Amino acid sequence: MTSLSSVVLAATEHAEVVPVAADGVFSWVWLVVAIPAISAAILLIGDGAGDHGPLDRFGHLLGTAASIASFVVGLVAFVALLGRDAAERAITQDLWTWIQVGGFDVTMSVYYDQLAALFVLLITGVGSLIHVYSIGYMADDPRKRRFFGFLNLFIAAMLVLVLAGDYLVLFLGWEGVGLASYLLIGFWQEKRSAAVAAKKAFIVNRVGDLGLALGIMLMFAQFGTTNIHEVGLNVSNASQSVATALGLLLLLGACGKSAQVPLQSWLLDAMEGPTPVSALIHAATMVTAGVYLVVRSAAIYDLSEVARTAVMVVGTVTLLFGAWIGCAKDDIKKALAGSTMSQIGYMMLAAGLGPAGYAFAIFHLITHGFFKANMFLGAGSVMHGMNDDVNMRHYGALRKMMPVTFVTFAIGYLAIIGFPGFSGFFSKDKIIEAAFATNFWAGLAALIGAGVTAFYMTRVMILTFFGDKRWREGVHPHESPKIMTIPLIVLAALSIAGGALTFSSWISDWLAPVTGEEHHDLPVPAIVITAVIVLVVAVGVALAYVLFGRRDVPETAPQNVSVFTRAGRADLYGDAVNEALLMRPGQYLTRSLVYVDGSGIDGAVNGTAELVGDGARGLRRLQTGFVRTYAAEIFGGALVLVLALLAVNLA
Amino acid sequence: MSVEPFIGLSALLFTIGAVGVLVRRNAIVVFMCVELMLNACNLAFVTFARAHGNLDGQIAAFFVMVVAAAEVVVGLAIIVSIFRTRRSASVDDASLLKL
Repeated sequence: MTSLSSVVLAATEHAEVVPVAADGVFSWVWLVVAIPAISAAILLIGDGAGDHGPLDRFGHLLGTAASIASFVVGLVAFVALLGRDAAERAITQDLWTWIQVGGFDVTMSVYYDQLAALFVLLITGVGSLIHVYSIGYMADDPRKRRFFGFLNLFIAAMLVLVLAGDYLVLFLGWEGVGLASYLLIGFWQEKRSAAVAAKKAFIVNRVGDLGLALGIMLMFAQFGTTNIHEVGLNVSNASQSVATALGLLLLLGACGKSAQVPLQSWLLDAMEGPTPVSALIHAATMVTAGVYLVVRSAAIYDLSEVARTAVMVVGTVTLLFGAWIGCAKDDIKKALAGSTMSQIGYMMLAAGLGPAGYAFAIFHLITHGFFKANMFLGAGSVMHGMNDDVNMRHYGALRKMMPVTFVTFAIGYLAIIGFPGFSGFFSKDKIIEAAFATNFWAGLAALIGAGVTAFYMTRVMILTFFGDKRWREGVHPHESPKIMTIPLIVLAALSIAGGALTFSSWISDWLAPVTGEEHHDLPVPAIVITAVIVLVVAVGVALAYVLFGRRDVPETAPQNVSVFTRAGRADLYGDAVNEALLMRPGQYLTRSLVYVDGSGIDGAVNGTAELVGDGARGLRRLQTGFVRTYAAEIFGGALVLVLALLAVNLA
Repeated sequence: MSVEPFIGLSALLFTIGAVGVLVRRNAIVVFMCVELMLNACNLAFVTFARAHGNLDGQIAAFFVMVVAAAEVVVGLAIIVSIFRTRRSASVDDASLLKL
């Protein structure tokens, strides 16, 4: 467990970061957001004339160019950042005052530091590759201009998120990526399942966003500022309970965005979106925003043991949860989605370890971004050749038909299972080591997760590329065009080379000023743990080979399966739990409220109105329209008046 | 001088007028009954003026006559125009003042 002294040390390390004003290249960092934002605006609202305007024909090239331009700016800034002293690498630039109400100021500012720089490269780099891939993948879609507009919107929003210097600006990006995710999941809105999945993702994310919003409000109430840097400085003077509350609220936000238990249910359904979207948003970048939030808020988590433990527990539970689901799915995208949940669980687990794990969380996030985007795009390439069939039981023996897809997918596969030398090997190994050093049970869970990962990914490989042909009639598998395979090749290369980030612990040193640094002593030499991990992975692979590689795979999913498989197929009853615990009681509550509203409140109001109306209808009969009736009434009234006067006078 | 016969006559005329307004349908007759009631009032005014020896009642009577004259002009005009549009001077036929 973390000792108190190291906690204080880590906290003071954060305090030492002094952001410097942007100059030179860095005063142009805002361009990385502006370029895709403007491109998105052009693609989405420009040129509404007809369906065959220039934007409809060349819009996808504009979107791709914007993403690549953004990457180039990010790369230039990153190179410039490398050339600076470590003390001057946190750069801030105020653009304009966004909100000014009394004592509440929010400045729209760019905060570019080591962490943000890595994210900018990941988002724009992987994003650009996926843009290029989408040119091929979406070639026949009549609405591809809108698709590329949404992708650009996503890139811009995600960059706002990671470059924000203020939690409220971060929240703007946070909601922006949520919106883009919603729009892209439901891109094929004519499919009912896609529309429903988009809505589900949006609603589940609202729950998490509520946590983040409450956290930001609490920051303002406590510290009078929502500036990330200043909150980090102030939180060390705040009470333990405030830090814990903030940590837990931010964790709730992170759970929603990163599909962590208990807000995991939307991610599997999100696979209804086009495959490049699944690769970019629901694997490589957006779903890792929760991890970013936790790491960015390191100053808060450093002060609260409880919040850190909660993050660790959430991560550990999710990594097993996602792996379990990944084992049971026949839909290749859902199997990969389960795997994404699981891998983000690893990142969360690492982030929950405190300064010892932050850097490894980001390291795994980056390598995962490479190999998971690679595998999703590979899956998309397979689907492209199989008439958009996603059922792996209809695949088989595709390695000869799709050699490039096969080789790149296999590289991604070796990376994710942690085959020695590939990027995932280094990043996962670091997390498991750090977990063992801090908490034995978390380490054990991560180790088991590594074995299960190897098992289900081997299953995906065997079902898709090996074994017998189980193709449907009329399906003629073929390799995808070059525009799709080149991004695959680049990502495959990155999946291999990504591990280089950790050589001579470069990434830990690079991120140390942001996240703090802390080393734990392992109970056993690191090489032993690495050996054990490789062994567990080998067992997982061997098991999958015995179960799937040496038997025939039935073309329809067997029904008499173990209770574990059945639970996995049903997403571990996540939807059932949500329905039973939240949806049904909510429905009963709303129905009873509607009843009270309808018969109680509306009844009272409408009853009064009807009473007045009925009375008026009765009185209306008096108005006959006959002059003589009115005359009689006047005489009657006068008579009554005279009699009354007489009675008073006589009395 | 005794006022009773004058007041009695005034009350009788007023009653005849009131009953006429209530029971007759012909607008002209109703109108004449209204005049009858006004003149019954005038009679009461001048009677009391004479009995009390001041001119207030007489002045009031003149006012009533002036108003009555004006009213006749307006009223007859209305009656004539209703007759022209409806071919009837019955007050019951002009019963549009209702929902």
